[in-house]
Amino acid sequence: MSSLSASDGTGAGAGAGAVDVAVKVQRVSVRYRTSYEKKPTFKTALLRLGRRQRLVREIEALKGVSFEVTHGTVLGIVGANGAGKSTLVRTVAGILPPTEGRVEVHGRVSTLLALGIGFNRELSGRENVVLGGLAAGLGRDEIEERYQEISEFAELEDVMELPMSTYSSGMYSRLGFSVAVHMDPDILMIDEALATGDARFKKKSFEKMKQLCGEARTILLVSHALGSIQELCTEAVWIHAGELKLQDDPETVVAAYTRFLGIGDTDTALEDV
Amino acid sequence: MAVFGARRRTDDFVSPVHIYEPYVVGLPPLRPYLRALWSRRQFAFEMSRTTLRSQHFDTAFGQLWLVLNPLMLGVVYFLLVDILGRGRGNRGADFLAHLLGALFAYHFVSTSLSEGAKSVTRGGRLILNTAFPRLLLPIASVLTALQRFLPTLVVYAAVHVVAGVPIGFTLLWTIPILVLLTVFAAGVAMLFAVLQVYFRDMKSFLPYLLRVWLYLSPVLYHTNQVPVRLKHVISLNPLYPLLGAWSQALAGQRPSLVFLVEGTAWAAAAIVVGGLFFLSREREFAVRL
Repeated sequence: MSSLSASDGTGAGAGAGAVDVAVKVQRVSVRYRTSYEKKPTFKTALLRLGRRQRLVREIEALKGVSFEVTHGTVLGIVGANGAGKSTLVRTVAGILPPTEGRVEVHGRVSTLLALGIGFNRELSGRENVVLGGLAAGLGRDEIEERYQEISEFAELEDVMELPMSTYSSGMYSRLGFSVAVHMDPDILMIDEALATGDARFKKKSFEKMKQLCGEARTILLVSHALGSIQELCTEAVWIHAGELKLQDDPETVVAAYTRFLGIGDTDTALEDV
Repeated sequence: MAVFGARRRTDDFVSPVHIYEPYVVGLPPLRPYLRALWSRRQFAFEMSRTTLRSQHFDTAFGQLWLVLNPLMLGVVYFLLVDILGRGRGNRGADFLAHLLGALFAYHFVSTSLSEGAKSVTRGGRLILNTAFPRLLLPIASVLTALQRFLPTLVVYAAVHVVAGVPIGFTLLWTIPILVLLTVFAAGVAMLFAVLQVYFRDMKSFLPYLLRVWLYLSPVLYHTNQVPVRLKHVISLNPLYPLLGAWSQALAGQRPSLVFLVEGTAWAAAAIVVGGLFFLSREREFAVRL
């Protein structure tokens, strides 16, 4: 861990030494409490009172993870289910601030996490795009500029004015992907969302990813498709049980990870999903 | 929290830097947070606009319904009070004006509350995917409620004129009082937005609370009609001074200083407590939704 931090704890740390660092994660731990209940209610809370049942558990999702990503790196993040990959990406995106440690992000971030866009199904695709963009800190004119491109790439020009409840799940994810990649981000974070739409759109989104990788953008890519990781990424990390197990070139990391899983270099593991 | 460069990125030397560190005493750093909140105010406006549109309140009939619904309710309450309060002289046209003015204002607060309670849980996916000041969600709800409230003021104005309630400079008092009501409503909306995350049945419990709160507020009666033995209890209601001052201003009186001071105190307390409570829980939203 090369500690370059010039101005610790004081806002904009645009120190001269850290110019090409895009993401700096320092000894980050994330703990949170969550409920076992899908829909906690006051009623069940009252009924539970007499029983001394605890339905809240603390989850230690990340334990002292440190790494750095320079601008232009395409970083693949691999790991088993529940290893903490999604938490890591959320923490770097600022959605779930760390419990310990420090995250430094240089540049504009665009995220396409598990669920993506379309938060309100009653609103039209267009309204969702505009609201999502405004929430992400874009100006109205910037969204207007990109809007055409977004709907064209998602191939949804005809239905953008319809409520998103009328969309199919493929249309949902196409729009989500299209929004994320057209936000002109410095740093793009994608969490298991390359499986968008039908085979043709999948190919199209893969091409778009390749193009973005070629444009010297910084990309953080969480995927179980080890083939995509090997093809797209220039670097990879392997997260296991909340700890950083390995950071190396994608081939080495994927090889170590598959050896660990005990599945070998089978086609299913490498398949683009 | 993140301070996004909302402006266009012209060169790479000014690319925004975000630093995420653990919260001190469970709160995000307030100054950058408020700055981010302000820089994304457009989101709150757009959110309330689209909410109104999805509820069809942007059409002519939607607007008509917005006005008719509380008006009918006002008439029902007027008849009710007339029947129950036989012979106590509540039945003048000026009482109808008081009833409608207070009822519409109460509805503004209660809509803020019920919309605000839903705001965070409804914005679930956006919260899971994007880092932004979550406080924008309940604020958008209050803006929605405000936009639903303003057309009813036109109806009130008509009744005010027809009932012959005096028109004078004291009416200007309604502006600062409306500001106090808005601040109070925002604070309480933030509180309920959080509670809804932890107790999802809050929204079915809320209508009862709002109904009882209406009866405890000086809407169906004047503040000076409250029996002395109940006064201590009823005046603990934050809406007692706020709506009391509002009604006094509408009726052409100078609002009482006690009401104004108490109302300001309640509004300040609501926004500080509600806001800080919201901020202290905000981090958890991403894992609780």
